[in-house]
Amino acid sequence: MTSATHRTAEEIGRTARGPRPLPPLGEQRAAGDLSHVDTELSNGLRVLAVRKATVPMVEARLWIPFAGDDALHPATSEVLAETILTGTARRNRIEIDAELALIGGDIGAGVDPERLVLTGSALAEKLPTFLDVLGDVLTGATYADDEIAREKERLVERIAVSRTQPRTIAREALQKHRYGDHPATREVPRAEDVAVVTPEQVRALHQASVLPRGAVLVLVGDIDPQAVIGELEKVLGGWASDRSAVRLPPLPELTGPSVRLVPRAGAVQSQIRLSAQTVPRTDPGYAALQLANLAYGGYFSSRLVENIRENKGYTYSAHSGFEFTDGTAVVNVDADTATEATAPALLETRYELGRLGQVPPAGDELESVRQYAIGSLLTSTSSQSGLAGQVLALASTGLGLEWLNEHPARVAAVTADEVAEAALKFFAPKRFTGVVVGDAAVLERKLRSLGDVVVGEPA
Amino acid sequence: MADPELVRYTLDNGLRVVLAPDATAPVVGVSVHYDVGFRSEPEGRTGFAHLFEHLMFQGSESLEKLAHFRHVQSSGGTFNGSTHPDYTDYFEVLPSAALERALFLEADRMRAPKLTAENLANQIDVVKEEIRLNVLNRPYGGFPWITLPPVLYSTFPNAHNGYGGFEDLESATVDDCAAFFDTYYSPANAVLTVAGDFEVDNAKALIEQHFGDVPHRPAPQRPSFAEPLPTTQLRGEVEDPHAPLPALGIGYRMPDPINDVDGYLAYLVLAGVLTDGDGSRLQQRLVHREPLVVDIGAGAGLFGPFEARDPDTFTITLIHPHEVPRERVLAALDDELQKLADSPPSEEELRKVTARWTASLHSEHDRLVSRTLALGSFELLYGDASLVYKLADRMSAVTSEAVSAAAKALRPDARAVLVVKPASEGNNEQ
Repeated sequence: MTSATHRTAEEIGRTARGPRPLPPLGEQRAAGDLSHVDTELSNGLRVLAVRKATVPMVEARLWIPFAGDDALHPATSEVLAETILTGTARRNRIEIDAELALIGGDIGAGVDPERLVLTGSALAEKLPTFLDVLGDVLTGATYADDEIAREKERLVERIAVSRTQPRTIAREALQKHRYGDHPATREVPRAEDVAVVTPEQVRALHQASVLPRGAVLVLVGDIDPQAVIGELEKVLGGWASDRSAVRLPPLPELTGPSVRLVPRAGAVQSQIRLSAQTVPRTDPGYAALQLANLAYGGYFSSRLVENIRENKGYTYSAHSGFEFTDGTAVVNVDADTATEATAPALLETRYELGRLGQVPPAGDELESVRQYAIGSLLTSTSSQSGLAGQVLALASTGLGLEWLNEHPARVAAVTADEVAEAALKFFAPKRFTGVVVGDAAVLERKLRSLGDVVVGEPA
Repeated sequence: MADPELVRYTLDNGLRVVLAPDATAPVVGVSVHYDVGFRSEPEGRTGFAHLFEHLMFQGSESLEKLAHFRHVQSSGGTFNGSTHPDYTDYFEVLPSAALERALFLEADRMRAPKLTAENLANQIDVVKEEIRLNVLNRPYGGFPWITLPPVLYSTFPNAHNGYGGFEDLESATVDDCAAFFDTYYSPANAVLTVAGDFEVDNAKALIEQHFGDVPHRPAPQRPSFAEPLPTTQLRGEVEDPHAPLPALGIGYRMPDPINDVDGYLAYLVLAGVLTDGDGSRLQQRLVHREPLVVDIGAGAGLFGPFEARDPDTFTITLIHPHEVPRERVLAALDDELQKLADSPPSEEELRKVTARWTASLHSEHDRLVSRTLALGSFELLYGDASLVYKLADRMSAVTSEAVSAAAKALRPDARAVLVVKPASEGNNEQ
């Protein structure tokens, strides 16, 4: 291409000495124990404070169960999340932003049908200021009329953008198809609902649902975990209620129905989204299930990726992973494929589900997923933000840092038989429901011929 | 922030090495940066640098197809690669026990990758799916990094699509791959970085053992990609069949990122003053006060700052409602830039921006993968990995006058304006 005299590809691919052996792994040092406090404040808020002084920063995650069955709840909670940081009695929107900026800080809010999450960080030496702003927002957010009005307009526009994203369209179709009209399905509010939300409704929702009891605050960073608890009692003392944060009603057990082809005329790519019930991290069988999932599609060296990406080129990314909702868990399989590759990709996806139970992972394949599960936990928790995210995920299901410390040993102890049992039990193709969003004119006949596929928008 | 220990040296074959030991967690990051990106692709071969990045994972003399992935992951690690305008990087983060394996894997593909017709065909399919996923089937896909450069720049290296056209990708041959490898993937054209939990002497010995016998080939002469500055307002338009709202991408030229670091940093501070946080100038006016736009952002580089040599692009992107005329948006933007040009920003405005930058640099360095990649790319582009640890101080030293001067240079008659039209808008001009 550029060099005038280059070697041939064949010459490049070999050396005089020939292939070399893979070096063995060295001795692995364990992660040091992290000093931490796991306690409940007098207002009922659970706090996990962890010292990890790798950089002079602190990461904060506040998780508040935030369910509601009111028809306007999704829209109201979305407006609340968009405006919770736009003013208090003590600070207006710009003052909040300025105060955070000067301490290298940030706070963002996000909401879904299950929870409201505030995510933030700041320079560790400025933690008192950060907590002061956080406490101010939690106890004194004012939701000024003009801020609400403006954010509603922006939200309507952003919902329009979001609803054109193939992944949002597919997610919405999957939720409706598998859970009907359970509140968990209302992830993106309807624009017409957002338009009618009033400031009074948002303030009332804050009063009723932004509650410490049943919520969790995680702090990870260059901090003294003991000392920070006293600080929190002071700053968040005024944030109190007799009631507990509102949890989502349990999701129905996922048992079917068939896979649904959802038409999207002219799409050049289809979204394949399959899903089946599994068990959560608290289940004694979780570690074996985790390894079965990794072997199926949970990492790049998995059967699914090797088949439909690396061997057949049907997709750029294929993946399977768990979705935890309150105390339950499902496994989801995702792949985006060219329209003409969609039916064969679905066929291979199901074939690999069946094969996982019939020819379960063992030997090198099992050791590979085992090492990956242990190693990726080590790397993902080696940063403050990674650890904060992991601790929050655990804390929201009632688990603590002990789970994190003990999990490598659990993974190490899983037997091949246990993985085989998990594969057979949870990955049987018949247990999977889901959607394929794509160009039905091209796909319908082929997908129907695979069986167990219905066509049309979810009810 | 105290400068962590850095060890830098060069092997006999020309491979530059950066070692950054840090024992706070038992994990290690390894990266190799090659000094070639999509700006070096010849005409008729758009997307080749990125396609080639995929092929580097597909096997080598000692490793069958798929073995690279398996060996990294079965050691408990994660991996990836990415292609930028001026470099291509490959990296792994693993438990520290796997350091030698990672070095072995990188050395083996630097020495003797297996470039086959079968793998090439397969990865052309995969890359086409990647483009469908990230560009063709998505609203604002490729905006602005693919769509803005052809408006701002006029030469092929700067203006073309780095993902590539399907026809170019499909016509790539195994011999193209061989020529590309022999030209650009020489050890003398690369930087190896190791960061995290390891002993320096041990790492040096392992690096010599695995990379030492990769034969030297001269690094290619790097061409200049220089272009004259625009002398008028350049306009372009693309139709986006998936976009629900119109968007604008505005591109300006900026100071030479390598030879005028402080001038470049002034533009980064300016980007913060303009759009970072609710209190920033453009957020306040265009999003909250007037409001004219749904979303706005400003920044340096098509993928972020410090990832390209000269010329580099300062971009402002925004999405606006149908009923807001784009000329009104541009007028408000120019008005705010003029205010900054006329009177420098306050000290507090600068402190807000630099404190957030300092914090975000800490967070970036806390993630081993980001730290490893930053050290490698700074060594490659700037010849000085330690600059990574000096950025926060250099940024804090930027003066209000420098920011004001940067705002003054963002002139309407020396920029590119790309209009993204939703397909539903058709030909009806607003």
